[in-house]
Amino acid sequence: MAINDLFSQEVKVVNTGMTAFRDDLAHCGVSVIQVDWKPPVGVSPESLDIIDDNLAKIDEANAKALEIILKGKPVLTGMGVALDTIPGMKKNLILHSGPPITWERMSGPTRGAVIGALIYEGMAKTPEEAEALAASGKIEYAPCHEHDAVGPMAGIVSASMPVFIVKNETFGNQAYCTLNEGLGKVLRYGAYGDDVVERLKWLETVMYPVLKKAIESFEKGIDLKNMIAQALHMGDEVHNRNRAGTSLLYRAIAPAVIRTCDDKDAAAKVLEFINGNDHFFLNLSMPAGKCTLDAARGIKGSSLLVVMARNGTDFGIQLSGTDRQWFTGPALVPDALYFPGFTKEDANPDIGDSAITETFGLGGFAIAAAPAIVQFVGGTARDAINYTMTMYEIAFGENNVYQIPALNFRGTPTGIDVRSVIAKAITPFIDTGVAHKNPGVGQVGAGVVQAPIEPFIKAFEGLAKSLS
Amino acid sequence: MVLKGFVKKGEYFDSVSLMIVSKEVNALPGIADSAIVMGTAQNKEIVRGANLYIPELFDQADDTDLLLALKADSDKVVEETLVKIDDLFKALRNKKDEGGSNFSPKSLEGAVEALPGANISLISVAGRYAGREAMRALKQGLHVMMFSDNVSIEDEIKLKRFAHDKGLLVMGPDCGTAVINGVPLAFANVLSKGDCGIVAASGTGLQEVMTIISNEGAGISQAIGTGGRDVKEAIGGIMFIDAMRALAADPATKVIVLVSKPPHESVLRKIADEIKTIKKPVVGIFIGGDPKILEAAGAIAGSTLEETAVIAAALSKGASVDDCKKKIADRKAGIIEQAKALTPKCRGKYLRGLFSGGTLCDETQLICKDMIGYINSNAPLNPEYRLKDSWKSVGHTIIDLGEDEFTVGRPHPMIDFSLRNKKITDEAADKDVAILLLDLVLGYGSHMDPLSEFVPAFTEAKKIAPELLIICSITGTDGDPQNRSRIKAGLERAGAIMMPSNAAASELAGNIIRILEGK
Repeated sequence: MAINDLFSQEVKVVNTGMTAFRDDLAHCGVSVIQVDWKPPVGVSPESLDIIDDNLAKIDEANAKALEIILKGKPVLTGMGVALDTIPGMKKNLILHSGPPITWERMSGPTRGAVIGALIYEGMAKTPEEAEALAASGKIEYAPCHEHDAVGPMAGIVSASMPVFIVKNETFGNQAYCTLNEGLGKVLRYGAYGDDVVERLKWLETVMYPVLKKAIESFEKGIDLKNMIAQALHMGDEVHNRNRAGTSLLYRAIAPAVIRTCDDKDAAAKVLEFINGNDHFFLNLSMPAGKCTLDAARGIKGSSLLVVMARNGTDFGIQLSGTDRQWFTGPALVPDALYFPGFTKEDANPDIGDSAITETFGLGGFAIAAAPAIVQFVGGTARDAINYTMTMYEIAFGENNVYQIPALNFRGTPTGIDVRSVIAKAITPFIDTGVAHKNPGVGQVGAGVVQAPIEPFIKAFEGLAKSLS
Repeated sequence: MVLKGFVKKGEYFDSVSLMIVSKEVNALPGIADSAIVMGTAQNKEIVRGANLYIPELFDQADDTDLLLALKADSDKVVEETLVKIDDLFKALRNKKDEGGSNFSPKSLEGAVEALPGANISLISVAGRYAGREAMRALKQGLHVMMFSDNVSIEDEIKLKRFAHDKGLLVMGPDCGTAVINGVPLAFANVLSKGDCGIVAASGTGLQEVMTIISNEGAGISQAIGTGGRDVKEAIGGIMFIDAMRALAADPATKVIVLVSKPPHESVLRKIADEIKTIKKPVVGIFIGGDPKILEAAGAIAGSTLEETAVIAAALSKGASVDDCKKKIADRKAGIIEQAKALTPKCRGKYLRGLFSGGTLCDETQLICKDMIGYINSNAPLNPEYRLKDSWKSVGHTIIDLGEDEFTVGRPHPMIDFSLRNKKITDEAADKDVAILLLDLVLGYGSHMDPLSEFVPAFTEAKKIAPELLIICSITGTDGDPQNRSRIKAGLERAGAIMMPSNAAASELAGNIIRILEGK
């Protein structure tokens, strides 16, 4: 490159700063693009220097992590009861979404779901009793993510709950997730009424045995990677829209249910339940992402995220390069469309492990694939595409299987790089449901939320420390 | 009257966009005053100064937060105004790019991906961020123009060394003007294409020289700005020399023109050595510097920006430099006659200059010094002549309105005429003032309709003081969006004496004062 080369080229300008200059250049007919610039976020100059000095090493570690993520092959292989299936599960242990949290700091919906789970487990008869027990110190709490599991919204998993087993066939590790209960007044949104507990019982006693048998009748399991790829082509982003994924699962599993279930009535009810719950597939897309990302943990120097999760109070992330270490900050209240009768005043801060889908390059990262839900992001397909385009700026790579038709089948933005988040002041964009802030109420809306910057600043510093 | 404020976390807009919104908001009915700024320490001071500061809200806000304060007749007005502000911001955000897509990448890397072949990064973000943005652009292989000022000298050295090794240009920091392949960047003019290549460490100096070359019937191949600090000792003229070499090697450049304030002597030596290696004619002006080193190196030294431009144009057209110098001498004699004719008609005794271009302000002081001595200024040639208060003229006074004391929290005087217009009528009301001397810079970046600003101000001044002489020169071309000839005719109708260059305007003003003072 020499200065003189410029003299024979067409001038094309990247304008960062005053938009008047962009307008003037456009007026002259010059090719110009405006950077929607923001000041970079505040990390220490020492960390910036360490990260800059280790550029090649981090890139190499990230390439390795990305390769593992792309090679991962999640397959639904079976089901089990949490106590017998989830590593480290105990009778008095309750798993929750997000980073670690004590009962005292738990948000309303998480508390509500804990109350519901204790009643469901028969450990308490009334909500008051459950609350006393929950606070007594006799119950232990741990993040799902620390037990190879993920849970949407409150993410509560107790000993008797049935869980899906999703295996990463390439690397052998597994991930677990409960059954999706449907929308409205449900445990994961913090509701704990009789109907909620009854439904949980039905899932355990009717749904679980039927579904377990049907899934186990597949010799090679059910290939979720393939199913997610198809769902993206059919208008899902597999976080806030799972209609296509649920339909694909239904198509696959219906004959198996008929074949393996002797009780016709039970078989019909199970299939009706799946058919009637557009979000049924979410509890499979989540463990699919979880087991894929878990395989990419612990690669020294890697700045890629393997977890983003919220517990309704805190937002926490984990990096491949710092493995099990949590970096947290306060969770934000989502921008949402509310059900009639509810407003932002009622909303709990962001909650759930479902941001594993975004960590995996789906959900908000793939919103351009889901035109049916663009009302959450401004109302036009162009808005959705802009969100996905922005997420490419913080992704280390692109997926080779998951594609976005509206972007000429470009691979989804994959591998969130904490370096880019910091340098460009762009935080991940997450699709989400919104829970009422009080226990016992349930869902009040759905929308989107921008991840808070604080956990990313801490993670950046943490990664720098691990490299110094 | 109510004062209400809001903080929008993490909402970033550039300062010019915010000023546009502020201007529209202040014009709304029921709004007494408003502040819409990013929450930097400096902006907070400005808001405090305007008595719009709300500590309980604004104390916590930082650089990345948007602060809003409204002083209005009632709560209702505040609410209505907030809705309008939201609409204004939405309109700013959704401004469509060419090609119908409204995707704005959030980073340089994203922009380069979206605009393949991008080769110049124009940066005008706040100085403390500009260095990092510039380095990112250089790493992507882009040339850089940094309009931003307040960049540290360490950053400038690092950037320029890095760029030098990669064969890239770093124009700036604090580079207001460049024209690359005919494309006007930032504050720049529309010029005839030609074979004069310019390297300049002075923004308005460059605009004056390149527009005169173009108006003289020659043209410009490249006009490369370096930022004023490039020729200081610390930077050592890295980009000034690189740009000279590029023009020396450029087959489309026949004449090389150098424009700068006097470089540090170590840099001056390097420039002189470089001139000696160049086979093409070199014309240079180091405004206020000694021309001997230039001449010893084989270059032609101009005594004013205009003379430099006229000589370059003559060389480009194959005319003789001596003829050209004679023409300029004749013109000077003509101006003395013009001054003699004007002097008896005027009142008062003082010269008052109100400038928007810093280098033009310097040049005027230099020209006048030889005729009437040093002049008081907020940017004086001689520190003894520094005004105690930039806002108060004393005796002969020439003010650079582009200096910090006038531009903090206000757009540059080339865009916002309100301050200069106010000073024009203030000076007219002072019976001792004989002459108002003004520059007017056209082109992109400057005000698009200067007649709408100056004509009412001139008319008002002439109403107050019919004998007041208003002498004005225009830096611009007929190709500029404002059109030089049209503006010239309009200002003449408003009673101004229009001169062909800043040098000519300064000579006329200086001569009149000289005659008045009997020198």
